[in-house]
Amino acid sequence: MKSLEELRAIRDRARAGVDLRKEHQNDVRVLVGMATCGIAAGARPVLNAFVEEINKRNLKNVVVTQTGCIGICQFEPVVEIIEPGKEKVTYVHMTPEKAVRIVNDHLVNANVVAEFTIGANS
Amino acid sequence: MRELSLNVLDIVQNSISAKSTIVNIEVNFYDKNKMRISITDDGCGMNQEQVMKVIDPFYTTRKTRKVGLGIPLFKMAAELTGGSLVIRSLPEKGTHISAEFVTDSIDMTPLGDMNSTILLLVRCNPDVDFVYSLTKDNDKREFNTKEIREILGEVPLDHPDVLEWIDGYLKEQFA
Repeated sequence: MKSLEELRAIRDRARAGVDLRKEHQNDVRVLVGMATCGIAAGARPVLNAFVEEINKRNLKNVVVTQTGCIGICQFEPVVEIIEPGKEKVTYVHMTPEKAVRIVNDHLVNANVVAEFTIGANS
Repeated sequence: MRELSLNVLDIVQNSISAKSTIVNIEVNFYDKNKMRISITDDGCGMNQEQVMKVIDPFYTTRKTRKVGLGIPLFKMAAELTGGSLVIRSLPEKGTHISAEFVTDSIDMTPLGDMNSTILLLVRCNPDVDFVYSLTKDNDKREFNTKEIREILGEVPLDHPDVLEWIDGYLKEQFA
């Protein structure tokens, strides 16, 4: 049973803890397109897959969030990965399976998965 | 959309874009075969003219494309079952959208994974408050981020441990 006591304990740990970071400028951002087009094409399970895999690998400097429609609806679900100092990478026709591979290859090992990018699919 | 919970996710994006600070999402099963989904926000609202236009798929405020299908798709899902969709809005006050479904219709889209929609909304909009309630057979369950925020103090709602707690809480409460 999830109790409010448990939530208080989480708060106290977070307050005392190392993991309440204030610096976010150097974070890698994973932006999942979540407008009507993205959602209809299956963006929700893709976002969940990113979150799950990033948690599993305990990647602290990665933020997963949503973005709107960027105008390439035919390529949805679309995911953009923005790393400071690097060129933005746009992945298209995303699936939860592709998300797992992108976390492991791109985010962990710094190898862009070229075959899933918009460049390879248009 | 394969699930109505995805329509809800989509419609609530409009509330977020309208700079709402609190969004109320209610799902209510009643009269044996009816279901109502209501979304109420305190965002910037719309004038009468805009309210008339949002049900038109070829109306959108966005600039990246020429169509806006969020509300038309939600309306279609309701009307296919014999239900309807109503929008009320006041500029500077907010917007209320309510869709009624006949659940035993052959064309009824399943409600789907509302918990996933709520968790995603909290994760991506940690500064917005969400109140979600589900009423079935007069049994009302409610989830309110305001209450959680009061306990958390300055700890943000999108802290990983907090999100994990919310995930577990939703699964228990809305099983």
